[in-house]
Amino acid sequence: MSWDATDIALLRALTRNAALGTGDLGRVIGLSQPATWRRLKKLREAGVLHGARLDLDAEALGFGVTVFLGIKLATRGRVSLEDFERAISAIPEVQRVDHVLGLYDYRVRVVARDLADFERVLRRRIMTLPGAGDIESNVLLSEEHRDGPLGALL
Amino acid sequence: MLDDTDRRLLRYLQDDPEQPVSALADAARVPTATAARRIERMRADGIIRATRAVIDWAALGYAVEVSLRVTLEKAQARAFDEFLDAARAVPEVVELQTFLGRVDVRLSIIARDMRHYQALYRESILTLPHISEIEALMQVAPVSARQGLPL
Repeated sequence: MSWDATDIALLRALTRNAALGTGDLGRVIGLSQPATWRRLKKLREAGVLHGARLDLDAEALGFGVTVFLGIKLATRGRVSLEDFERAISAIPEVQRVDHVLGLYDYRVRVVARDLADFERVLRRRIMTLPGAGDIESNVLLSEEHRDGPLGALL
Repeated sequence: MLDDTDRRLLRYLQDDPEQPVSALADAARVPTATAARRIERMRADGIIRATRAVIDWAALGYAVEVSLRVTLEKAQARAFDEFLDAARAVPEVVELQTFLGRVDVRLSIIARDMRHYQALYRESILTLPHISEIEALMQVAPVSARQGLPL
């Protein structure tokens, strides 16, 4: 499947505001409402558009700390990966878990009210998981999402 | 200030940001007009910044995603700014994060395949200024990507 500059412009508009109707979207990218609708349908069917996420002001909601963990499994082979993944994903403060290759086995994003709250989650919920070995924590200071290739393809 | 109803609405809304207000109101057990008014207010107050489309880069032809953990030469006063400015200019960089910890910066980069990644790594990443150490974690699979807050 190949995508043209109009599709890319559509994707960019939707990453900024997915709540726009097809009429408004069409005006942004210079297409009629039916033509916009057809393109959206194609992008959805191809799986390029993969739902939406709510962008919330975490700090205003009382979550002042985000930490990224690198986790190495302690006894590889003897621990069920599925059990570990299910257990860590079920922790409410865990926002995202990625299975990775390299120095660590998993990369985990954790949100907490403050550092004391994070320490509680780390000690009581994460370090006690069966199989959790070496854990590295890095506290997030700033974060930017970029357009990526969507910016360059135009 | 947010009350329990606001939090409940946000909790259901972040599970499915594209649902109609009527469905959200049913789930949160409040009248539709109340749900609409409160969501509108939270948008106006900046609690809800936006609803953003999620793009599946693999479906766009970018099959490889790598997380690059970078330590910078911190003796250089402008190392952070210069590194970040240069990294922003690399189109394949989709996320930039700075940290307090062993790692200074993390870049998420995407590539069409391993060959493309290798070329990017050599030509666009290793040439970024002030890198002291760099480590790559290759994304195998997302296990869960709820991304929501525990409201």
